[in-house]
Amino acid sequence: MTSDLDIFVGNTTLIDEEVYQLWLDGYTVSEAVSRRLRGGLLERSGTSVSVLQSDTRDHFRTFQMLERLLHSPPRLCQQLLFQIPPPRQAALIQGYYAFEPALARELLGKKLSKGTKKELDEVSARTGLSLRACRRQFDNFKRVFKAVEELKGPLAELIQQHFLLPPPLARDYAAIVFFANSRFETGKRRLQFLSFGDLAACAQHMMGHWTQGAMTPEAAEPDGDVPRSFLQDLKELKVLVSDKDLLDQHKSLVCSALRGKISVYNEMETNFKVLDPCRSDHWSLGDLRLFLGSYTTAPRALGGFRHQLLWERYMAGISACLLRMYHE
Amino acid sequence: MPGKLKVKIVAGRHLPVMDRASDLTDAFVEVKFGNTTFKTDVYPKSLNPQWNSEWFKFEVDDEELQDEPLQITVLDHDTYSANDAIGKVYIDIDPLLYSEAATVISGWFPIYDTIHGIRGEINVVVKVDLFNDLNRFRQSSCGVKFFCTTSIPKCYRAVIIHGFVEELVVNEDPEYQWIDRIRTPRASNEARQRLISLMSGELQRKIGLKVLEMRGNAVVGYLQCFDLEGESGLVVRAIGTVCTLDKLSNTSAFLPACNSPSKEMKESPLVHPPSHGCRSTHNSPIHTATGSRLTQNFSVSVPTLIYTGMGSGSAGKEGGPFKTLLRQQTQSALEQREFPFFTLTTFPPGFLVHVGGVVSARSVKLLDRIHNPDEPETRDAWWAEIRQEIKSHAKALGCHAVVGYSESTSICEEVCILSASGTAAVLNPRFLQDGTVEGCLEQRLSWQPGFFSIGSEKGEVDFFPQSQDSSSLLGIEEASPPGCGFCHIPYDELNMPFPAHLTYCYNCRKQKVPDVLFTTIDLPVEAIVIGKGCLIQARLCRLKKKAQAEANATSISNLLPFMEYEVHTQLMNKLKLRGMNALFGLRIQITVGENMLMGLASATGVYLAALPTPGGIQIAGKTPNDGTYEQHISHMQKKINDTIAKNKELYEINPPELPEEIIGSPIPEPRQRSRLLRSQSESSDEVTELDLSHGKKDAFVLEIDDTDAMEDVHSLLTDAPPPSGFYSCNTEIMPGISNWTPEIQMFTAVRVSRLGNINLTNQTLNKNFNDLCENLLKSLYFKLRSMVPCCLCHVNFTVALPEDELVQIAVTAVAITFDKNQTLQANKAPTEKSQQRASTDNEEQLQFPLELCPDPLASQPSLPAKEVLEGATSQTGIPAAQRATSIDYSSFADRCNSWIELIKLKAQTIRRGSIKTTASLDKTSPLAEGYLRHRSVPSCTNSTVSVVKMTPLSFLPGAKITKYLGIINMFFIRETTSLREEGGVSGFLHAFIAEVFAMVRAHVAALGGNAVVSYIMKQCVFMENPNKNQAQCLINVSGDAVIFVRESELEMLPVQPSTVVSQPTSSGGDVTT
Repeated sequence: MTSDLDIFVGNTTLIDEEVYQLWLDGYTVSEAVSRRLRGGLLERSGTSVSVLQSDTRDHFRTFQMLERLLHSPPRLCQQLLFQIPPPRQAALIQGYYAFEPALARELLGKKLSKGTKKELDEVSARTGLSLRACRRQFDNFKRVFKAVEELKGPLAELIQQHFLLPPPLARDYAAIVFFANSRFETGKRRLQFLSFGDLAACAQHMMGHWTQGAMTPEAAEPDGDVPRSFLQDLKELKVLVSDKDLLDQHKSLVCSALRGKISVYNEMETNFKVLDPCRSDHWSLGDLRLFLGSYTTAPRALGGFRHQLLWERYMAGISACLLRMYHE
Repeated sequence: MPGKLKVKIVAGRHLPVMDRASDLTDAFVEVKFGNTTFKTDVYPKSLNPQWNSEWFKFEVDDEELQDEPLQITVLDHDTYSANDAIGKVYIDIDPLLYSEAATVISGWFPIYDTIHGIRGEINVVVKVDLFNDLNRFRQSSCGVKFFCTTSIPKCYRAVIIHGFVEELVVNEDPEYQWIDRIRTPRASNEARQRLISLMSGELQRKIGLKVLEMRGNAVVGYLQCFDLEGESGLVVRAIGTVCTLDKLSNTSAFLPACNSPSKEMKESPLVHPPSHGCRSTHNSPIHTATGSRLTQNFSVSVPTLIYTGMGSGSAGKEGGPFKTLLRQQTQSALEQREFPFFTLTTFPPGFLVHVGGVVSARSVKLLDRIHNPDEPETRDAWWAEIRQEIKSHAKALGCHAVVGYSESTSICEEVCILSASGTAAVLNPRFLQDGTVEGCLEQRLSWQPGFFSIGSEKGEVDFFPQSQDSSSLLGIEEASPPGCGFCHIPYDELNMPFPAHLTYCYNCRKQKVPDVLFTTIDLPVEAIVIGKGCLIQARLCRLKKKAQAEANATSISNLLPFMEYEVHTQLMNKLKLRGMNALFGLRIQITVGENMLMGLASATGVYLAALPTPGGIQIAGKTPNDGTYEQHISHMQKKINDTIAKNKELYEINPPELPEEIIGSPIPEPRQRSRLLRSQSESSDEVTELDLSHGKKDAFVLEIDDTDAMEDVHSLLTDAPPPSGFYSCNTEIMPGISNWTPEIQMFTAVRVSRLGNINLTNQTLNKNFNDLCENLLKSLYFKLRSMVPCCLCHVNFTVALPEDELVQIAVTAVAITFDKNQTLQANKAPTEKSQQRASTDNEEQLQFPLELCPDPLASQPSLPAKEVLEGATSQTGIPAAQRATSIDYSSFADRCNSWIELIKLKAQTIRRGSIKTTASLDKTSPLAEGYLRHRSVPSCTNSTVSVVKMTPLSFLPGAKITKYLGIINMFFIRETTSLREEGGVSGFLHAFIAEVFAMVRAHVAALGGNAVVSYIMKQCVFMENPNKNQAQCLINVSGDAVIFVRESELEMLPVQPSTVVSQPTSSGGDVTT
């Protein structure tokens, strides 16, 4: 006697968190069943393998039906088909949109295109995630990206609003969108040591200091972009480097300001162009912070430098990023 | 008499994309009622249209209002081709037609399409203005309330319970009309949905008219069913119990109302004293005196006394004749009704005087086309016949009424098995009085779990002294023992309809009780139960040859009695194996398929303190000299004994050990069997001289004479007990558990299995079927394991044989959590309380009379006697009724008789009946927790969907129902031509059932409710054609939409229920439903 049809429908949709995770991880029903068996469920509940299979199939079916709604979380909360208590809804959404940082790191700065999606099997091999899970996470990135692409306002808030994600997760998505938009080449070997967390934090700093949203909340352009005007303005700052005079003055100002305060003063003078050298010279984080602060404020004393505000805005972002990046 | 229906279409959301080019939809809405249609404007290019239409007004008769559903169709406008339908919403406006229910229907409804399922939602507001005419209810039956609940609804009191009502309407099934050959399946299914909606409305109206004729204002225990007879048509039939209900204004009305009955009693002494006498049991001389007065009035039904009149053979000394007379009185009153049936399963304590046992009747019919839908005489006649049999069976058991009554059909091709069953009972004659005793049933409320916490202390205090007065005055305590009266046999022990072991009641030791009691009702609230109950099922398959027409019907009707017998034996064995002695909520379903019959009986086993301890099961071999065989037998015997011992422990069955001398003992072999009439004094003499030597030791002997029997024993032992922390029952409430917590989970599970191989035998079939059911139960326990400790209540299995080799089982039940820690104390208190109550206020609780047909001429003295003779004494009596249109292949009269014969031959069995227990539950602490959790949710708080709970029970644990909003009765068809793409049969049906739940919830929410009680899935007809990648399913569900308030909230705002009512969603905070 084989069961062709075997279903269980609760008035409150029954969700097993363990099975949900297995589903999210991209296991097939039979893989999930064997995983559950390995977890000793059979012994604990005194049931049979066939019951476990039926239960797993049932949950997977429910999740498949829910998936369509999970693509648009506000709909999940409004829909009438599945009666799910709000805390459960939140947990479902959070679980569905959670991602593996390693995967996000791989995809950061890449175009979220079909081409990239095709490369997911390599990513899957590198990260140890199942291809299915990779695809779901990639699709999530792309969906979030598409949804906020054309919108105005602070990115993280927009994402939180459209996908009902908890704030930290929304901020991570904002970072992904930011990188996807600005295509920073995060894949360079020199940057390999940076984790997703580092880069996400940088993205937040950059967005926080440089984007329109940071200046005027009702800005005209989406937050994911660094405004063109700002980039134009940055050209003006080149004088600090290109004008030998200014560069020297700047340097001496910083040096005098920091004399005695920084333990690695001697190296500092030579290492005016950041990070790698600092690291090789074993600066402490505190030293770096002091240096950057001073470096930022010093031009105030420079005669003939008219872009102090712009400079400070630029440096605020850079400093925050550098500080974050500055680790082993 | 017209009314005005007003409809406003507000908005839509999440509509499907109908225009691939733009990924948008140009939606508009058609609103149709009767033959009038209105349209909204087209709202272009949006998936979330805001129509904000004007009020569409339909001026219609209330007859139309009752029959017609409001039909809302959402369409996509197409300039160049026909507009595409997106989907429909049918709204039953009946709840708006009576004042106490909903006043407006307003909310988001899923837009449903038979092919695509739910496609977005539409926001609709519906109102009805009935013109204020005092006469308005006369022509139609607007205003008659309908309840699916099989007890008096919680916020009403029954002024009068009038009795049985039935009606059926027939039509051609659109699926089989000629036009179906040219129209699309979708059009055909939509036509069916609409037609059935219309027919339900019409049926309800017709029933309503009968209710008004009977001067009632409500139907309780309303059960409506569809028979899809295929070619021969479509039958919609309904039964119910007509009542006159009074709304209880609020909880505080509880107190004053209770006093009224006693007042009235004083006012009309002529009517009431005898009724007191009837209820109590006849030891007091007072009763004899009052009784004699009655004699003159009720002499008509004397001939029926053969069984009924002598039912109290074992009664006290002077009680007999008096009881007889009262019985007569009751009986004659009830006999004036065509069918003294009650679809209720729960009654106020004391309402059931005695319960006789289960009565059932089946009949096999050949379907033919219904020629004139306006006069569905054939179907009417079929049912009338069955009911007549039920009535006579009840009489054979010495009972004048049938409670817990239900009807069902099983159809396969052109063969149809009609079944009816119920519990024969003697009702309290006091309430059969002609004059209407205005009574109060507020105490009924105290059955609602948790009511104790609401009812003020003062209420209890006020109440008890009064009732104690009256009861001591009347000598009730002495006469009618509380928790056992209903167990006492109603039939004459010297003329028992079948052999049974009788003993003196283990509770009161005054009256006789059978060894086993079977009933279709819920456990009476006052019943004294030891330990916990459990779900008991008997499962059975019988192969039959494929045959046509009459040959087929004949072979089926030949098989039926054997099936009934075997089901009965299984039940009995399983009951004994669990060390229990009574079954409640028994439901035997026989399903007919092409090449087999399946029987599934479910019931809840309990140990009634009043009945004797069941003997064990003894296995007897047929060839006793064979050594290995002997060994095998003794091995089996040991296994059985071990199982019984284990079960006793599991279900906490520890009846107090009474010394033998105190306990009653079986009556010795009746000496005067042949005597039909004997004087009471004789029997009372016997009482004192009873032989007390043997009693409860009788074992139930199972003879293993062939492999079949061996199989039986094996299967007996394969039923696994539920895992620890789980209990299950098919009644409303699990005996022995009282401290329910508010968390509930209602569910439906469906399985279809293929019986692959062709060489099937009865044994393998039985085993397969048994495994299927057991596995299903196991998987339910597993799924719900996080709710432990919990109880699956109202477990309802339905079996269908959709195709040759397919078996379909659908289960609907509700899992309710309970507080394990408090089991012990909570258990004790309410039991004591309820016992106390039962013993004292028996009286007051019961004050609703049954209304009798006042016409004395209607009684036919001679006829009943004949029936009894036919039904009980003549096993060979074959009813001559042979109809031209339907050949009656197995009128159940002879079936049943031969079956009774079988039972006689085999062993001592009695099926007997009873009531319900609902213990109180006063604390609901987990709720607060649920609330907090809800509130603390960060992201989904913008959710606008209110929580709607669903339960097959008539109540919600830890909550009080404050308002009934009307009946929910919905019928859906879903089909697919892309079965694989929708996830196969499981994906298809899973989605469909989820959609049905969603639509039920949406309708309830739109009525302003937050729960459906007494929910039932009456039909789930699933058909598939995997080769064509197609499947179809029909589902019919019903229930009562209600507003409930958490008891904890009630305590917080004890002001007025109405204030709470205005914001029903406030109680939706609880996390689980």
